[in-house]
Parts: sequence; structure tokens; C-alpha cells
Amino acid sequence: MLFQGLAEKLQETFKKLRGKGKLTENDLKAALREVRLALLEADVNLAVVKNFIGRVWERSLGAEVLESLTPAQQIIKIVKEELTALMGDTRSGINFSATGPTTILLVGLQGGGKTTTAGKLALYYKKQGKRPLLVGADVYRPAAIKQLEVLAGQIDVPFFSLGADASPVEIARRAVEHAQRQSQDLILVDTAGRLHIDEELMAELRSMKEAVEPQEVILVVDAMTGQDAVNVARAFQEELGLTGVILTKLDGDTRGGAALSVKSVTGCPIKFVGTGEKLDTLQPFYPDRMAARILGMGDVLSLIERA
Amino acid sequence: MVAFFPKLKETLAKTRESFVSKVTQLVRRHDKIDEDFYEELEEILLQADVGVAATSRLIDAVRADVKKKKIGNPEDVRLLLRERMEELLGENAPLQFATAPPTVILVVGVNGVGKTTTIGKLAYRLRQEGRRVLLAAADTFRAAAIEQLEVWRERAGADIVKHQPGSDSAAVVYDALQAARKRGVDVVIIDTAGRLHTKTNLMEELRKIKRVVSREIPGAPHEVLLVVDAATGQNALRQAELFGEATDVTGIVLTKLDGTAKGGVVLAIREERGIPVKLIGTGERPEDLKVFDGKEFVAALFAEEGEE
Ligand SMILES: Nc1nc2c(ncn2[C@@H]2O[C@H](COP(=O)(O)OP(=O)(O)OP(=O)(O)O)[C@@H](O)[C@H]2O)c(=O)[nH]1
Ligand SMILES: Nc1nc2c(ncn2[C@@H]2O[C@H](COP(=O)(O)OP(=O)(O)OP(=O)(O)O)[C@@H](O)[C@H]2O)c(=O)[nH]1
Ligand SMILES: [Mg+2]
Ligand SMILES: [Mg+2]
Repeated sequence: MLFQGLAEKLQETFKKLRGKGKLTENDLKAALREVRLALLEADVNLAVVKNFIGRVWERSLGAEVLESLTPAQQIIKIVKEELTALMGDTRSGINFSATGPTTILLVGLQGGGKTTTAGKLALYYKKQGKRPLLVGADVYRPAAIKQLEVLAGQIDVPFFSLGADASPVEIARRAVEHAQRQSQDLILVDTAGRLHIDEELMAELRSMKEAVEPQEVILVVDAMTGQDAVNVARAFQEELGLTGVILTKLDGDTRGGAALSVKSVTGCPIKFVGTGEKLDTLQPFYPDRMAARILGMGDVLSLIERA
Repeated sequence: MVAFFPKLKETLAKTRESFVSKVTQLVRRHDKIDEDFYEELEEILLQADVGVAATSRLIDAVRADVKKKKIGNPEDVRLLLRERMEELLGENAPLQFATAPPTVILVVGVNGVGKTTTIGKLAYRLRQEGRRVLLAAADTFRAAAIEQLEVWRERAGADIVKHQPGSDSAAVVYDALQAARKRGVDVVIIDTAGRLHTKTNLMEELRKIKRVVSREIPGAPHEVLLVVDAATGQNALRQAELFGEATDVTGIVLTKLDGTAKGGVVLAIREERGIPVKLIGTGERPEDLKVFDGKEFVAALFAEEGEE
């Protein structure tokens, strides 16, 4: 399960804390040291961790918490609130255009899962009655256009590209015209993976964005990413302006720290998570539920109740 | 191999800047080696994805050295840390080739890390060295995986054995090995579908592929390379553990080092699993594959401007 390791570690820490009854400042310090390590082991970005611990520390220090009858319980509550805030408070979906077709640009590093996620979004919204068009604008990676075409065929969604010799900007522009003619109302543009420090390719994305004025620019992030996730997210945000994030490969045993880091760095909501290679494995993301899950859901919540 | 160092330095420029400036700032800001100093050093390592366990062991080793050698100058700790990191990475481990061809190289890893691209680059390099290379398109699952490998086959000038999408991957491998023997191929490289290490049925499929290889060619596979994306965090440890259990991984290929990720998790992998890094990927072009050299890797991380 996602976050399992983190959940176990945090629960262990809180169990110890709870066993103590009355808490001193030193107890709190020791517990937060463990929380810090647990978060780092889960690949939460160090800067994010430090901020987080700082906030929990400040909120817990006061006499109301430490000298209350149930200090451990109070601290767990504070941790849960801060975790939820870290991930964004509420569910956030795709913003659809009120007037014309909606265009979504999928961007990110190489191999993160953009092409697959384009297919998943197409299927997800097709099932909700939309008319998606999949657009192959990755002219660089070998067989990338073919990959998307195959996926489009699997879910019986129309596909558009101009081949690997066309410019991605031209493909995107023509795709929008094509969609309007065919009355497709959701245009999903798959772009080539690129490094956030690749100025030329980042400029190309900006041109694409200018050309098609998308409703959504979504960063696709591999959930197994480590400390670098925030640098990547920050760069894409600054260079391009993002409207959301989709985390992929959550079907493994990643502790998912990227989820905690990326939101707080970009301020963009995590809109969906990918949990498999098949196209029906896209799930809406609920920050509050996720926070509860990290804290062992039932377990810790019941700990709070019993405490 | 010869041109490796300058290129790697260039590639790691971003990494080096942040790492070096951090370490440099650290040693300049502190006039003595105290707890604050160690804490900041720890943070630098953690930010490079070295991980909590390997970091604390590195720091402990440095602490012990500082005590034993009565070191008082923070500047000297830089050198100590560098030595300890080199030591941890160990001797360089070159690719192993069979005494009698064909050499079989099995390439495994989680989704999207760069397996197929690495295979293309490796085939290109081996072809440059004049070897006959055959690629086995055993990723029969991912959309257009076979077409992707086809493009790389052409770039490299290698042979390929492929079946229809969706067919049995072990059967592709079997056919590839037969073809390799018949055609007098020097190196067979097997591309497998990306899979998360937690999926037991898919890991079983890899075991099966490996069994076919061992049965058909005694002593093979000569290398089982686990491809790891340099941006991966601590999850790479689990990847090394579980792919290791399923296929006896012999080496790591660390890809995408041309980004800003530092790939520090390979230190943790080396420490906890003992698996050496053999190759590194520094881009998407055929020539962007380098032999890994631990000393150069660490040196590139620590090098000052103008230092060679
Ligand atoms: N297990 C799992 N695999 C995924 C998920 N999303 C994508 N993948 C796999 O990850 C690999 C890379 O996915 P792609 O969609 O090709 O990634 P990309 O970002 O388009 O890659 P480039 O175009 O090369 O930058 C493929 O093997 C996908 O099947 C997911 O949620 N879970
Ligand atoms: N910048 C950079 N990109 C790389 C490197 N190696 C691979 N890539 C890119 O990463 C993406 C994924 O590479 P693939 O070779 O398809 O990865 P894979 O592991 O075979 O993926 P699956 O078969 O889907 O699991 C592609 O866009 C590659 O061009 C590298 O060293 N540097
Ligand atoms: Mg793609
Ligand atoms: Mg592949």
C-alpha cells in the first residue's frame, strides 16, 4: 500500500508517545525527530520536512497541548491536520471550458507516464460522456506517436498526429482545429518527456501553450521520485505555469513522499493518481483521505479515540 | 571510457554546483566541527537521496575519522567524506563477457526508467567496438515497445528477434538465443517489460526468462542489469532487493544523470545490497552511455571550478 512504511513508522512513534502519559518538551523533540526520519525515508523533500516539523513543534509546544490530559492525542491531531494541509485540502478535478473544447497539455520528465496517463484520462472521461481526442505530439522519443495510437485503438478513442517530422506546436494547433471539426470536446495532448533544465524544450512547451491556450497544464510525476521532485515541479511551474499534478505508479510500494512535496512547492492540486499500466487505473485524489491513510487511518484515528 | 570524465563533469555541472557550493558554504561557515556542522552535512547527503541509513553510517564513519585523526578544520572533512564515499562505491566493476560467445545480458527494472533506451545505447557502443549484437524484444506488453526497440536496432546496426505484441516473452528469448547461436552473434541483449517489483506474477515471469537463458546457454546470463532512474528516491532500495531476489542482479545502470537528480541512492544500494553501478545514462542520444567509475563519480561531485 502507498505510504505503508510511513504509516507504520508514524504509528510506532505515536504509540510510544501515548504510552508515556504526560509529555515533556524532550519527549516531543524525540518524537518529532522520529517523524522527521520517517518522512525523509518516505522521500518527502527535506525543506518540506523541516517546515512541517517546525509547524508541528510550534503548535504542540504550548501548555494547552503538553500539559493537557491527552497530549499524545493532541499531537497526532496536529500532525494529521498539517499532513492534510500539505496535500491540499479538497478534491480538485479537471476545469472544463464552458464554451468550447477543453484542452489538456500533459508535461513532465522522461518516462514519468505521460503517454499512458493521456490514454487513461481519455478513457476516464469517455466513460463520463465526453468525446476525447488523443493527440500525439511527442516527435522525439522513438515510436512515441505509435504508442499513443495503439492506446487510442485499445479504448476506441480518435487519435490525431502529423507524424514525427512535424513540429509539436503545429501538431497541437492543428489538433484543436481537427477536434472542432469533428466536435470532439476534450483534447489530450501528449508531449515528449524533457528535463526541466532543457531550455530549448521548455521554450517549445511554452510555444505549445501559447498556441492552444489549454485549460489545463498537468505535470505528470513518478511517485517514486526522490528529493529532486521539488526542483522539477518548481521548474515546470515557473517556466510554464501548471494547473495540476498527476502522480503515477502508485501501485507499487513507494512511500510516496513526492505526493507530499510537490503540492506544497507548486501550490497545484494533485488531481489524479495512476495505479497501474492498464488504462482503467486512474483514480481521483482525495487529500484528506490520503492523510488519514498515512496515519494508519483506522488505527491512528482509533488511537485518538481511545486515548 | 577515455572521454568519460570531462563529459561526466559537464553533465554533472548542475549537481556539482549545488553539491559543491553547499559543501563549500558549509565548511566556510563553520570554524569548528560541531553538532551543527554534522547536521548540515547530513542534510546535504539526504538531499542527494543517499537516504537516512547510508547517510548516518557515512557521517558516523567521518565522525570516527575526525576523532581518531584529531581533525579540527571543517575543510578537511570534505576530503574525508569524499574518501568514505569512494570507499563505499568500491572497485569499479566492468561488464562481464562470456569466454565463448554469445554473451547474454538481461535488462530489468521498473516502468519507464530507461531500459529500452539503455539497450539501444549499449548495442550502439558494442557495435562500435565491432561486436555482433542481437536484441531480444521480450517486452511484448507495452504499447509500441517493439517498434521503439526497432528504431534503436536500426540506429545501432544490430539484429533483432521479435514476436507479435502480447506473445510469451520467454518464447521470444528462446528464439533469440537460438538465432544468436546460429548466426554467431557476440552479444544478446534482452529487453523486458517494465514492472513494479511488488508484482509477484510479473517477477515470476522474469524468473522464467532467466531460467530459459540459463538452460539454453550454460553460464548465462552473464549480466543482469537493473536500470534505475537517477531521480528515484529510497524506493530504489526495494527495487534492488526484489529484482535481486528474482534475478540475481549483477549491476546497476543509473540513467538520466543529465538532469538535476544526484543519484545518491546508488550509495545506499551499494551499501545495503552490495550491487555495483556499471553504466550511467546521460542523455537520449546513442552515445549518451558511459562506463561508471566510482572515483570519477565522487570527484565530479566534489570538483571545484577549474580542477581536473
Ligand atoms: N505500474 C505502473 N506503470 C505505469 C503507470 N503509469 C505509466 N506506467 C508505465 O510507465 C512506463 C512509462 O510510461 P509512459 O506513458 O511511456 O511515460 P512517458 O512519460 O510518456 O514517457 P516519455 O514519453 O518517454 O517521456 C510504461 O511502462 C507505462 O506502462 C502506473 O500508474 N503504474
Ligand atoms: N534525459 C535522459 N532521458 C533518458 C535517459 N535514458 C532514457 N531516457 C528517456 O526516458 C524515457 C523512458 O525510456 P525507455 O527506454 O522507454 O524506458 P523503459 O524502462 O524501457 O520503459 P518501459 O519499457 O515502459 O518500462 C524515454 O523518453 C527515454 O528517451 C537518460 O539517460 N537521460
Ligand atoms: Mg510518452
Ligand atoms: Mg522499454
